[in-house]
Amino acid sequence: MPKLTIDGQEVEVPPGSTVLQACEAAGREIPVFCYHPRLNIAGNCRMCLVEMEKSPKPVASCAMPAADGMVIKTDTPMVHKARKGVLEMLLINHPLDCPICDQGGECDLQDITLFYGPDHSRYQENKRPVTDKYLGPLISTHMTRCIHCTRCIRFINEVAGVEELGAVQRGEHMEITTWVEKALTSEMSGNIVDLCPVGALNSKPYEYKARTWELKKTESIDVMDAVGANIRLDSRGPEVMRVLPRLNEDVNEEWISDKTRFNYDGLKRRRLDVPMTKKEGKLQPTDWRGAFGAIREGLDGVPGQQVGFILGDLVDAETMVLVKELASALGSPNVDCRQDGAKLTSGDRASYLFNTGIGRLEESDAVLLVGANPRWEAPLVNTRLRKRYRQGGFKVGRVGPAFDLTYPVEELGAGPETLTAMIDQGLGSQIAFADVLRAASKPAMIVGPGAYARADGGAVLALAHRFAAAFNIVRPDAGWNGFNILHTAASRVGGLELGLVPGEGGLDVAGMLAAARSGEIKVLFLVGADEVDLSGLEKSFVIYVGSHGDAGAKVADVILPGAAYAEKNATYVNMEGRPQRSKLAIFPPGEAKEDWKIFRALSEVLGHTIPLNALPEVRGRMAELAPTLARIDEVVPAAWTGAIPVGGDVVNQAFAPAIEDFYLTNPIARASGILQECSRLFVDGHDVKATGTHG
Amino acid sequence: MLALDRVARTVLWQELVTGFLMTLRYMFKRKVTLNYPYEKSPLSPRFRGEHALRRYPNGEERCIACKLCEAICPAQAITIESEPRADGSRRTTRYDIDMTKCIYCGFCEEACPVDAIVEGPNLEFATETRAELFYSKEKLLANGERWEREIAANLAADAPYR
Repeated sequence: MPKLTIDGQEVEVPPGSTVLQACEAAGREIPVFCYHPRLNIAGNCRMCLVEMEKSPKPVASCAMPAADGMVIKTDTPMVHKARKGVLEMLLINHPLDCPICDQGGECDLQDITLFYGPDHSRYQENKRPVTDKYLGPLISTHMTRCIHCTRCIRFINEVAGVEELGAVQRGEHMEITTWVEKALTSEMSGNIVDLCPVGALNSKPYEYKARTWELKKTESIDVMDAVGANIRLDSRGPEVMRVLPRLNEDVNEEWISDKTRFNYDGLKRRRLDVPMTKKEGKLQPTDWRGAFGAIREGLDGVPGQQVGFILGDLVDAETMVLVKELASALGSPNVDCRQDGAKLTSGDRASYLFNTGIGRLEESDAVLLVGANPRWEAPLVNTRLRKRYRQGGFKVGRVGPAFDLTYPVEELGAGPETLTAMIDQGLGSQIAFADVLRAASKPAMIVGPGAYARADGGAVLALAHRFAAAFNIVRPDAGWNGFNILHTAASRVGGLELGLVPGEGGLDVAGMLAAARSGEIKVLFLVGADEVDLSGLEKSFVIYVGSHGDAGAKVADVILPGAAYAEKNATYVNMEGRPQRSKLAIFPPGEAKEDWKIFRALSEVLGHTIPLNALPEVRGRMAELAPTLARIDEVVPAAWTGAIPVGGDVVNQAFAPAIEDFYLTNPIARASGILQECSRLFVDGHDVKATGTHG
Repeated sequence: MLALDRVARTVLWQELVTGFLMTLRYMFKRKVTLNYPYEKSPLSPRFRGEHALRRYPNGEERCIACKLCEAICPAQAITIESEPRADGSRRTTRYDIDMTKCIYCGFCEEACPVDAIVEGPNLEFATETRAELFYSKEKLLANGERWEREIAANLAADAPYR
């Protein structure tokens, strides 16, 4: 461990650290532009210059390896002069348009200039003009502001893994560009807006809409996928203006996907803001009393067996507690939170969790993907896998449909028969990868919805368990559990933890829908459930509780407007089994109410009053139903029983992709104009700019 | 003796005469009152009166929606909303000043990087209804057009001291 003296203070840093990290360890703040702890070192901004004894010139601390006996000074006239000089050079070509720049108020260049920079400009000549580049519908560019730190280039190439951004020319003529004009196709591209230390790259949808200081910042949790990325909602008045990531090393580091970052305009479009009931075949606005009255009439004389509850992808745990209570009060065993038809069962936690943990994926040395496309199903898991791949000594194999995951993947086969073959012996690449898995010290497998959410999903899961046993993927004595289920919905794990699966003699989602079509189920509650086939439900009385007028609201007889994720204090459990709480950033629109309150009020109207009147009481009941949900932001590891679930026969049919359109997977995303545009560009492939001959 | 003196002053109306003499003296001095509104006192170039939004000589509005005035306003009288205009430039879609909240401190003027919002020399903007004191962007721009000559002259006069 090298020992350095920094401003007379001795610090010891791990080998391989840089002088900059040593300075930070000693509590010295070094101004930087190009250095970023999660990206490669470039050393091109020269802002981090410090004085080193026996060196004739100041050294760039971010690129200088810390060595034993170095004597560093960070607060000498030489350092001050160097910083002032660097800033003067950077500001030569930087337009002083801070008043119209969206970065104004949170700009590194602004802050650092204030503390270390010169107080006036000596530059009289013309500034360098640069044409703005087109980087797609998400990122606006003001390239005259660019200071060539190359953080964006390094992020897109290293973390996002698409080589689409680079620099042409050199020196003063250097320009950041996509070479051939095109939109960045990465689903992580929005992060370069946060990385840019100046206002060269900005969020296009947020452009000129607000200033940073007038936004109310609320710490929240993302619900677009089951990763549970930590986010910050910046709101002004009744509107969420933008979404930013929050640091959480175990979950999302400091990245978020574009779907998370740009879904916010979906919060104000297609909203259900007033209760509605169907009169004469048309939905008519009414008040809460009228809507509840209609539900009471609809439920009148209907036995509990003929009532069903389907829970969607964005439902919070509080609402699920109330749904469970209401279902048991009505005597209905037909409750299901597995909208996608997943054959996961409640009870044995290890059988449905992402047991390794997202952060600990970095420890594994071989991963097998089974019917999973992490790039679309959980972009931040894919980012982890790519991060692990870049550290070297890492192999990924895949059983399922091919897709570019930004790192090399060995294709082993298409369907469950590949797993069976690999357990027995396999052919060609299968043998080679089986050897890799056997030799790995921490092997992992990720089973995606393409494998478990199909008719024979239970059998595939049983096969996956047998596979895990055959390849010794779970090693409890070594503290390693490599068996992972990849979820796509923010509500799924919460629902499984709380036991929102069909009870004794109850029907699952497909069963309920079939029964509702035939009229055996008379009353069907859709709690934010839009992604199932809702056709032919005329014979049943459908109640939709949710925030957006999507598929579910179209078929509903009664609509109860609920709150979206930004509008409630709620608990979401991510795929690792990590409960996290989101906070209310804005209020629900119009008459809409928090969903758990709707069910509480409804239970009273139906004569089965649920005695949970306040959020702490609901959370208390939640802790009784699932004690792990009371331990916020903690993952309680699931004990591995080794029991192989009963599953029936496997159909040898190739795993199909679970998500057809990354950008439009839930009602909020579908309501978002920005994500609609992204889907049109990146999924449908219409990245053709209109020319004079277009229309 | 003292009593005699007091009686003499009373009988001879001494206080009254002194007072009238004073009045008489002022009748021959220069008048200091103004016949407002027909006469007006001179105003300093720094006078902070009614607000106006200015335009550039080519007609382009100066305000770039940086919201610094909104941020600095101690009475929180300014409300701004902005978005990109069709040509891609940053502009306000709403610029409201609540003149009933405004304390005429002049901070908005100080904060403005483009001299768009100014407090002009007009102090006669009393209205009949309260609602008329909620100024919109149109009203402020119209003020700017009406007072541009005076405002420009005031700014020029004060420029050496800024």
